[in-house]
Amino acid sequence: MAESTLAPILRFEDVSVAFDGSPALIGVSFQAVAGESRVILGAAGSGKTVLLKIALGLTRPDSGRVFVFEREIGSMRERELMDVRSRIGMLFQESALFDSLTIEENVAYPLENQKAIRCPPEEVRPRVAEALEFVELGDTLEKFPSELSGGMRRRAAIARAVVTAPPLVLYDSPTAGLDPITAHTIMTLLIKQRDLARTTTLIVTHRYQDGNLAANFRYNSKLGRLEPARNGARSGARTTFMVLREGRLVFEGDQDRLEASPDPYVSKFVKPRV
Amino acid sequence: MLDPLKGPFIAAEEFFTLTGRALRNIFRRPHYGADIILQMDSIGVGSLLLVVLVGFFAGVVMALQMAHALRDYGQVSKTGTLVAITLARELGPVFSALMVAGRNATGIASELGSMKVTEQIDAMRALGTDPVQKLVTPRVVATGLMLPPLTVIADFVGLIGGWIIAVAILGLTSVQYWSSAWHSLKWYDDVLQGLLKPLIFGLTLSLIGCFYGLRTTGGTQGVGRATTQAMVTSAVFILILDVMMTKIFVGQGG
Repeated sequence: MAESTLAPILRFEDVSVAFDGSPALIGVSFQAVAGESRVILGAAGSGKTVLLKIALGLTRPDSGRVFVFEREIGSMRERELMDVRSRIGMLFQESALFDSLTIEENVAYPLENQKAIRCPPEEVRPRVAEALEFVELGDTLEKFPSELSGGMRRRAAIARAVVTAPPLVLYDSPTAGLDPITAHTIMTLLIKQRDLARTTTLIVTHRYQDGNLAANFRYNSKLGRLEPARNGARSGARTTFMVLREGRLVFEGDQDRLEASPDPYVSKFVKPRV
Repeated sequence: MLDPLKGPFIAAEEFFTLTGRALRNIFRRPHYGADIILQMDSIGVGSLLLVVLVGFFAGVVMALQMAHALRDYGQVSKTGTLVAITLARELGPVFSALMVAGRNATGIASELGSMKVTEQIDAMRALGTDPVQKLVTPRVVATGLMLPPLTVIADFVGLIGGWIIAVAILGLTSVQYWSSAWHSLKWYDDVLQGLLKPLIFGLTLSLIGCFYGLRTTGGTQGVGRATTQAMVTSAVFILILDVMMTKIFVGQGG
C-alpha cells in the first residue's frame, strides 16, 4: 500500500500510563504517517487528551515507547524535548492563551521562545500578522484573550499552534463548547491548514461531525471554502478514525469500517454521513 | 501501613526538586530580567503600604507593652532598646514575612494555579519555555530580593511608632529613645539576623506559593484550595524557620 512507504510521523508502541493508580491509557499502539489525518473519538475520560500530551512529551508514559519524527521521546530530557515540540503545533482544549499577553504576543510566543525555530526578530510581526489573517483575526493584535469570544480565542489559539508551520498539528477538542456555526468555522480552518500546509493532523473530538468533515471535505483555496472529497480522494492523503474506551484503543480504521462496526460503543459515535 | 506517609514524602520530594530547579535556574540562561523587575514591583512596591502599617503598629504596641513591664524596674528609658531589638530580630522579619505571605504566596499560588488548570503551563512547555525558569525563578528571586528591604522599612517605621509613644505617652526625650535604640543594635546579632531571616523567609514563601500553584488540580475549586494551602504552609514554615534561625544565632552568642 502506498501509505506504508510514507515516513511515520508519530508512533505509539504499547503505551500505558496511569494517574494515582487509575489507568488513563492501556497498551495503545498506532502510527500516523506523513500527511495523514487521524480523528480520535471517545467519551470524556477515555484518554484522548492524555494521548496528545504523551505525543507532545508533556506526560511521560509508564510503559511503552513513543516515537515522534522517528525519535524516541520517552528517554529525552526536557531540553531535548523542546526541539521536538518546536515541530509540533498544539491546540489545547480551552485554547490556553496566556491571559497576561495580547493576542499578538501570544501568537508571537513560539516564534520568540522556540530556539529551534530561529525566527529573526524582524520576521516575527509579519508572520504573526499572516497567521492571524489565516484565521481571519487580523484586527485583534492588540486585544487580550479576555476581550475575545470563545470562538475567536479558539481561532487565535489555532494561529499560535500553526505560526511556526509545524509538520504535525494536534487539536484537542477544537469544537468543544462552541455553537454549530462557530464549530464549522473552526473545522474549516483546521482543514484549510491541513490541506494548504499538508500537515499530519490529529483531531481529538467527541463529535462525529468533525471527523466526517475531516474525512470527506477538502479546502478549495480558489473558492475559499470546503468542498466534498470522498475519503482517499484528497491528493492521496487519508483520514483514519480511532476510538478510545477507558484508555484502550477499541477501533482503528477508515470511515467505512467505523460505520460498519458492530461494537455498540463505537457505533454510539457514528451518525449518518452528511 | 506506611501508605498515609507516602503523600507527604512525595510532596516533600517534589518541593525540594522544585527548589533545586528554581535556584539552579538563577545561573542558567535564558534569564527573564523583565519578569523579575515586574515581580519586584508587584511583590515589593505592592506590599510596601501593608508592611509600613504592620511595622508602625508593631512598634507602637511594643513600646506600650515594654514600658509597662520596664516601669516595675524603673527602666522606662530602655524602651528604645527593647523596641529596636525586638523589631530588628523578630517582629520586623516575621510580621513582614507573614504579611507578604498573605499577599504574595497566595497571589502566586492562585495565579499559577489558574494557569495550571487552564493548561497555560502545559502550553508554555509546548511552546518552548520551561515554566520553572519563566514563572518560578523570577518570583523566588524577586521575593528574596524585596523582603529584606521591606523588613528594614518595617523596622524603621516601627521604631518611629515606638518613638511617638515614648515621647507622647511615656515622657521620654527623643535623644533618650533614639540613642538607646541605636546603641542596642549590633551588626552581627541584629542587623545580620534581621536581613538573613527575611531573605530565607522570602525564598521559602515564594517557593511554597509556586509549589502549590503548579500542583493545582480540580479546576477553580483546586485554585482556592492551593491558595489556602500556600498561606497556611508558608505561615507555619516562617514560624518554624524563625525558631531554628533564632536558636542558631542565640547559640552563637546573640
